[in-house]
Amino acid sequence: MAETVIEVRGLRNQFGTHVVHDGLDLDVYRGEILGVVGGSGTGKSVLLRSITGLITPAAGSVRMLGTEMRGASEAELDALAERIGVMFQDGALFSSLTVCENVMVPLSNVEGLDARTREALARLKISLSGLPWNAGDKFPSELSGGMRKRAGLARALALDPEIVFLDEPTAGLDPIGAAAFDELIRGLSRALGLTVFLVTHDLDTLYATCDRIAVLAEKRVLVTGTLDDMLEVDHPWVREYFLGPRARAARDAIAAGHGRE
Amino acid sequence: MERDDSDERGGLSLAEEGGEIRAVVTGALGLRELPELQEQLARLEAPRAVTFDLSDAQRIDTGIAWALLRARDRLAEAGARTEITGAQGAVAQILDTVREGLPKPQEEPAPERGLRAALVRLGETVAGGAQSFLGFLGLLGLFVARLLGAVVRPREFRLTALLHHCQAVGLQAVPIVALMAFLIGVVLAFQGAAQLRQFGAEVFVVDLIAISILRELGILLTAIIVAGRTASAFTAAIGSMKMREEIDAMRTLGIDPGHALIVPRVLALVLMLPILGLIANLAGIFGGALMSWIELGISPAMFMTRLAEGTDVTHAVVGLVKAPVFAVLIGVIGCRAGLGVGNTAESLGRMTSSAVVAAIFAVILADALFSIFFQQIGV
Repeated sequence: MAETVIEVRGLRNQFGTHVVHDGLDLDVYRGEILGVVGGSGTGKSVLLRSITGLITPAAGSVRMLGTEMRGASEAELDALAERIGVMFQDGALFSSLTVCENVMVPLSNVEGLDARTREALARLKISLSGLPWNAGDKFPSELSGGMRKRAGLARALALDPEIVFLDEPTAGLDPIGAAAFDELIRGLSRALGLTVFLVTHDLDTLYATCDRIAVLAEKRVLVTGTLDDMLEVDHPWVREYFLGPRARAARDAIAAGHGRE
Repeated sequence: MERDDSDERGGLSLAEEGGEIRAVVTGALGLRELPELQEQLARLEAPRAVTFDLSDAQRIDTGIAWALLRARDRLAEAGARTEITGAQGAVAQILDTVREGLPKPQEEPAPERGLRAALVRLGETVAGGAQSFLGFLGLLGLFVARLLGAVVRPREFRLTALLHHCQAVGLQAVPIVALMAFLIGVVLAFQGAAQLRQFGAEVFVVDLIAISILRELGILLTAIIVAGRTASAFTAAIGSMKMREEIDAMRTLGIDPGHALIVPRVLALVLMLPILGLIANLAGIFGGALMSWIELGISPAMFMTRLAEGTDVTHAVVGLVKAPVFAVLIGVIGCRAGLGVGNTAESLGRMTSSAVVAAIFAVILADALFSIFFQQIGV
């Protein structure tokens, strides 16, 4: 069994009287691509934000790469921030900077790198994310939605993190762009040995990229396992999600793809 | 890809073997080690052959892989024989990924320089200015056309929206406008008294205050405050609707943005600005009278007598007649800027500030033209 890089125990999140998570447990292993699914309002993004430390949970513990998030010192959190990368839904690129400058932002914290190296490394990340060279000189507002997501991924990869968090990576992309992005995530994860924590609605992404799936329902992680495991689960939401007409179509598409290979 | 804390901090060691350089990479290397590695690599010079030995490397990141590949390419170009050997597992995979992913620079045509480019820029600026003036005229025409349309078909007129905007641009602006005019009156009385006392003509301070406030200052300063307050609000409101495609949605639903957004706003300003100007006039004269009483001992009764005797009502008319014109300028410029917002937050900010600048400039320009006009017709 591979090393556990994220360990969530007894997580509780609530906003006012509205409880989002209660007693949530989750493990993420090194090198895997974990897909987190759940209906709207089940707190997928809230889970991502509480693991990355953007919100402080009401109770419970989050351990990431051996660091307990609650009670960690500033220095520990800073060190941890260099080992993770987050891609937000629409890229969350800084609109006043070009794409290349956006990717250089995290690199400017590394001591001893000169400006030319920083730019070259940023260009490398942009290229690895599948963007053409001239995209680096453009401002985020000049890019299409799919290119903005790729640029967001390039920024998340800037420091060669061990864990990458992706929030709805394929939302709002056309099917061709989404399929290309799925392939990019899978390819980069394998090539760079990344652990990927992926929040998605997109069944095709689940089928095409994820090693393991965690289903959020009833304020906790209802079940984790591979896609095949999901088909066995006897829970109304899980059955509807994984056995519904759209799921069948996605599964058939993957099966057809494998058949051709 | 296992990484635990027992990873030794890696490095690069150079050794000579029979005229060849052997560069051995050991341990785990990351971004932190990159500057040192780069320095060492820069010292390698062609034409000596270099072998990079990665068989003891535990882990490298894309930055290290990039530096090694670049050093190899640089030496190879200079004619040295180079080789990368021994990479295994994850290290080899990252090297391959980076090798395939190396960005290929594309040269963009450099921007032109010199006289020709400067002329082109000048021409573009002039054309842009003319175009935004045409845009202003277009929206002015739309406002007039929709207003007349509402006269013909009163059903299309939006009374609720008009009243809402009257409250926002009129009623809520009263305190700031009145305070501003009061203070201007105080300042005028104070400064006027100091100068006129030298000639023993203190009593003319009444004429000074009345004429300057009624003719010019009351309405001009009110218009400037409203330009700052309301033009920016119009731009921000319409611009954020434009950003969220609400205006496009309106069009597809058969709602005319001219009727729904522009007529109520501009008409509210046209109705409210004269009233605000009148309030400013009263507050200014009140401030002047108060200061004259305190500073010069001109009693309120005497001030009123002098005001009625010495100041013709045409001064007040000349001042207030400008108000609707200022209102149309401010309103149309504000709405026009809002419709010009693109789909980024940045353009909203840019258009808002340019709306305020343009509205204030237009008000002052129009005031100057009015002055010349009234001078010519002798009012």
